[in-house]
Amino acid sequence: MPILVKRLLAAFVIILLLIAINQYMSDEGLFGFGVPPYYGRVIMLAGINVILAVSLNLITGFTGQFSIGHAGFMAVGAYTSAYLTVYHAQTWEHSIAGVIGATAAHALIFLFAILVGGLTAALAGLIVGIPSLRLRGDYLAIVTLGFAEIIRIVILNIDKVGGATGFTVPGYTNFLWVGIFAVLTIVVVYNIVHSDMGRALVSIREDELAAEAMGINTTRYKVLSFVISSALAGMAGVLFGHYTQFLSTNDFQFIRSFEIIIMIVLGGMGSLTGAVLGAIVITIMPELLRRLPGDLSQYRLVVYSALLILIMLTRPQGILGTREFGLSWLKRPQRRPEGDKPVGDKGVPIAEQASRTSSEGRK
Amino acid sequence: MDTFVQQLINGLTIGAIYALIALGYTMVYGILRLINFAHGDIYMVGAFAGFFLATQLGFAAGPSLVGLVIVLIGSMIIAALVGMGIERFAYRPIRKYARMTTLITAIGVSLLIENLFVAKLGAAPRAFPQLLQEQSYTLFGNAAISKSQILIFAVSIFLMLLLQWIIFKTKVGTAMRAVSFNLNSAKLMGINTDMIISVTFALGSALAAAGGVLTAQYNPQIDPLMGIITGLKAFVAAVLGGIGNIPGAVLGGLLIGLAETFVVGYGQNVGVPTTFRDAVAFAILILVLLFRPSGLLGSTVQEKV
Repeated sequence: MPILVKRLLAAFVIILLLIAINQYMSDEGLFGFGVPPYYGRVIMLAGINVILAVSLNLITGFTGQFSIGHAGFMAVGAYTSAYLTVYHAQTWEHSIAGVIGATAAHALIFLFAILVGGLTAALAGLIVGIPSLRLRGDYLAIVTLGFAEIIRIVILNIDKVGGATGFTVPGYTNFLWVGIFAVLTIVVVYNIVHSDMGRALVSIREDELAAEAMGINTTRYKVLSFVISSALAGMAGVLFGHYTQFLSTNDFQFIRSFEIIIMIVLGGMGSLTGAVLGAIVITIMPELLRRLPGDLSQYRLVVYSALLILIMLTRPQGILGTREFGLSWLKRPQRRPEGDKPVGDKGVPIAEQASRTSSEGRK
Repeated sequence: MDTFVQQLINGLTIGAIYALIALGYTMVYGILRLINFAHGDIYMVGAFAGFFLATQLGFAAGPSLVGLVIVLIGSMIIAALVGMGIERFAYRPIRKYARMTTLITAIGVSLLIENLFVAKLGAAPRAFPQLLQEQSYTLFGNAAISKSQILIFAVSIFLMLLLQWIIFKTKVGTAMRAVSFNLNSAKLMGINTDMIISVTFALGSALAAAGGVLTAQYNPQIDPLMGIITGLKAFVAAVLGGIGNIPGAVLGGLLIGLAETFVVGYGQNVGVPTTFRDAVAFAILILVLLFRPSGLLGSTVQEKV
């Protein structure tokens, strides 16, 4: 089957699946079956966390730039879009509803809000990224953390978006939105990682000086990947805000950024499927621990943090390491120039083999 | 002028506490290149150790100087043991792994301590018994300095001098400097690096605990999450002064304390709300790092291929 047909088919199946799940999770349910609201909430948050984890994985897992400021960009997206939906959405929706129908208007306005949230977060990422990506390693981590805290405190002081009392937001998000954007995020990051840009990013992660010596404009690529990552985080923030319907700056403290880092480290840095897995595990784990018998459930967060340390002690590379599972069908068929013979072990092209060995060799 | 002097005194008081905690961050970073996120929680553990010592040993009844000394030293010892335990069981097994792994473990340890204390003691703040007869002395005009502030200055200066003496005049200190210079070479020279790292954690934790008890005398309210934001600011102070640099940590701590107090005191005159108090530390940090990435007193390290 030609790859294009295969992909279109995959997209079609995914969208059908998402619509079915969305219906299943709605109040009416699917064929009389529905998800209890509690599980629905966990699934929604898991989906949003997938977007966050995969987007952070782009800058931290693949580019190797340690950012502890993801929650800040999430906050930027959440608050700007909430400003739109709270103060303007109704009038806009009303004025275009006559032309395209109420449902479409509702969806269109939310799509617009998501895009605006993503764009402002990208802009924030650009402003933060240009100066701070000159720094390396721990310093970058601290500066991103600082910027995120500053963003949070600035938002806290804007009365128009609720300030310290919080901000009530209309509910737009349903599973379909989260599902589509989670899939989109994965596809976008997958394509970036498997493009020229992805090669450049990985080379920066492996050795920034060597990458620079090879003629890669490291600053440009780092900023670019940071901006994309921020934009996706901003979109996740939009979805989050319009799902919980209440925004408080406490939701965007640095502990939130830590949580996202924990997801990708747990799943395996530099593994897309790992980030997805990590996001799901980290969302579900505290909920599962609620079921501990008797007194123990009071200690669920203690158990959670103890498990985290234990995983780091026993499997520091994360659950998947840099491996992926189940994504090989997405791969473009390797096309070689005419007359080119397979090189390297077992016919693996040298470039790929090198990236494999280097990522395995990375501690 | 009076308010200015008053702000100066208050700022230096908070700054001294930050400096005490920052020393622990900077020492551990200097030796292991590890941001010990659990250090802020050690400060909290120190305050709680002091709280339980004071209530269990019966010093809570009234002010007593002997009680204060015992509580201070006791909590420093307890925190030192906790710090050494954390290093032994959480950080040592993963020392050779990637930086990210150790960092996540540090975050995990921090969460573990916080959650353990919240689960065991509840998140509600507790009143720390006053071991010092509070009294304030008037300085220039209306500016006043309280007894607890004098205590903070005296104890922190003493501890910093003690630390300086340990690092530069004792054998252990020489070994610490050697390990921070190059861990592997130090090991080849016959230094028991594991022991030195343990000692470093013990010293840093003891200083943080002293900070905890002193803060509790100045502002007698302690809760299991008190270490998060204070720890973060102390860490910022360490980076500001140049992480790994001991005088730098003190300078950074004092600067952060002063900046914070002045934002609260004078910020409103120039349109900066007092809630920016927590942001100012980060703003200064970012500015300093952008223009002098190694911090105020840090030395620049040339990167070699």
